[in-house]
Amino acid sequence: MADPAIRAQALSKRYRIGVARRGYRTLRDAVSEGLAATLRTAYRLVRARPRRAQADDTIWALKDVTFEVARGEVVGIIGRNGSGKSTLLKVLSRITRPTTGSAEITGRVGSLLEVGTGFHPELTGRDNIYLNGAILGMKRAEIAHKFDEIVAFAEVERFIDTPVKHYSSGMYLRLAFAVAAHLETEILFVDEVLAVGDATFQNKCLRKMQEVGAEGHTVVFVSHSMPTIQRLCPRVILLDEGRLVADGPSHEITRHYMRAGSLPPSERVWPDPDKAPGDSVARLRSVRVKSEKGQPILTIDVREPLVVEVDYWNLQSTVKPTAIIHFVNEEGITLFATNDWNDRAWWDSPPIPGLMRAICRIPGNFLAEGQIFVLAAVGSYNPNVLHAIERDAVSFQVVDRSEGDGARGAYAGSEWPGVVRPLLAWHVEKL
Amino acid sequence: MSAQAQDAAAATTITIRPASGWLALNLAELWEYRELLYFLIWRDLKVRYRQTAIGVAWVVLQPLVTTAIFAVIFGRLAGLPSEGVPYPVFIFAALLPWQLFSGAISRAAVSLVSNANLVTKVYFPRLLVPLAAVLSGLVDLTVFLVILAGMMGWYRVTPSWAVLTLPLLVLVAVLAALAIGILLAALNVRYRDVQQAIPFLIQIWFLASPVAYSASLVPSGIWRVLYNLNPMTGVIQGFRWALFGKAAPDPLTWISVTAVVVLLVAALFYFRRLEDSFADVV
Repeated sequence: MADPAIRAQALSKRYRIGVARRGYRTLRDAVSEGLAATLRTAYRLVRARPRRAQADDTIWALKDVTFEVARGEVVGIIGRNGSGKSTLLKVLSRITRPTTGSAEITGRVGSLLEVGTGFHPELTGRDNIYLNGAILGMKRAEIAHKFDEIVAFAEVERFIDTPVKHYSSGMYLRLAFAVAAHLETEILFVDEVLAVGDATFQNKCLRKMQEVGAEGHTVVFVSHSMPTIQRLCPRVILLDEGRLVADGPSHEITRHYMRAGSLPPSERVWPDPDKAPGDSVARLRSVRVKSEKGQPILTIDVREPLVVEVDYWNLQSTVKPTAIIHFVNEEGITLFATNDWNDRAWWDSPPIPGLMRAICRIPGNFLAEGQIFVLAAVGSYNPNVLHAIERDAVSFQVVDRSEGDGARGAYAGSEWPGVVRPLLAWHVEKL
Repeated sequence: MSAQAQDAAAATTITIRPASGWLALNLAELWEYRELLYFLIWRDLKVRYRQTAIGVAWVVLQPLVTTAIFAVIFGRLAGLPSEGVPYPVFIFAALLPWQLFSGAISRAAVSLVSNANLVTKVYFPRLLVPLAAVLSGLVDLTVFLVILAGMMGWYRVTPSWAVLTLPLLVLVAVLAALAIGILLAALNVRYRDVQQAIPFLIQIWFLASPVAYSASLVPSGIWRVLYNLNPMTGVIQGFRWALFGKAAPDPLTWISVTAVVVLLVAALFYFRRLEDSFADVV
């Protein structure tokens, strides 16, 4: 690449884990560590160098990531949660330094790691536009110049002199995004900020982002949403456990990603009750997606029913836990949530400790096609406590073969809209 | 794209690499971000008085009430000397630099932690955060100065020519507050104990400064020498000297001023060294 806007050379970032463990330190621990620790601390203070971490309590959030982005290119970054996407953006936007490796960035940089950074609820919409703009790196004159455009984009003209704490969450997000969308830098780092607001506004934001790309700005865009990535980015970089595992045309890489082991499996088991997600009341043991016949599935026909099975340990004899599952699609939209409250016989019986199995049947002709992620949780009522929660615990793919007896009927076009695809009763007659 | 962005882009290549050792201060970059500094100060001030019922009146009320209390306790009841100046004016003149200093330290020390959302989401020179916390106190000071002028008119106290040195004295107070504030802000990111210790620090410092009493009460000898090494002793005495033409600050003040400058430079380098880890730790 002759004149890259971004050139990353073996970027690596190591984080220390176990910070939480330190938070739990008791006074006795502190005393027993005694004078030596105090002296070490004093020495560290003087040297101003963070504690040298042990090898086993560190994690490489990024490891040897090398790539180039040409001027004017729009590149998407995908990967599972914890694959290092956000860390990469943080390093590139200079919020944190890499542990090893380097990067060169040519051009004025703007980064949008969240919308509305620095928004203050007490300040008016007008004040927040200026403040947020300045935080994002805009000059005052630049903000003043674009002020009317920003307000119009956010559709908050009438409330511009109202403190934003009185805004609805939709208005707040629109205003926050509007400021960000008018940031005109040569290079733009964007982290999932499009996952906000209602569908109409999301589309408006997407169009704006497309314009930004079309104007020759260099954009690096992190997202979970495959449709969005495919629409905005011709090229995609796939990260897995901090490493760059694929880099190429977006349709190829996203397909690779959806098929490869990057997805949660259809079965998750935590054999050790001490390490399973949960607390002293309940812990998850396993989550499985199965066909109605009890076979584990990776893919299921849109017309067929399926079963989600949640096994958990009830560790107390006084509490009756409830199993909860959420169904989430590729775009991160929760399709619906359900719990076992419907099983009256179970709920009328007294609580018993032990290993429980909660089974939920999902009818056929209900879910839309695509990858479905299942969140599994165990909670209890009065008071409402969530004992265990596992996002993306399992996943499976729903396929629609369009054979004429599904919800889309004889329609064989490429896309059928909707987050669910129920087959509903219709009646048509001549009047 | 605007022309200025293009110009800037043509020139700048940023290199990102691991932190290594002590870094240059990069004050030029600080200057580049001066508009953000302005907005941070502006936000500080707007937010500080917006949510309160009587708003800006708090700025005025707080030192006035403190002055009244001290005037009664130390002036009336204890009958401490005030170098011939009415006790309320005597105290108010000292509260001006003291409030500037103590307010700046307590705001600066927690500034990075309370702006964690900015620090973890956007790049900018982190020094702006404690800097804004310190400088926003100057606006309050301006309000106080107007009140002080009113009080001096009421009590018919006329300032001497030395009043022209006030900006210099304010500068010393600001530099001292910056040095301490920057240091505490950086430490507080890693050790939240700092936050707990601040009220004590300020209370002790308050008693060790001639705010509520006259510096002439401190016995001469080693105690007086130590006392004069406190930069705020010099600043407060300086205020009274500049406004009322009373005893000038001790020559030892120069030592403490030098110490303040040295401490400030050290604090700046220390801050710069820790700066890059703030986002990971805060």
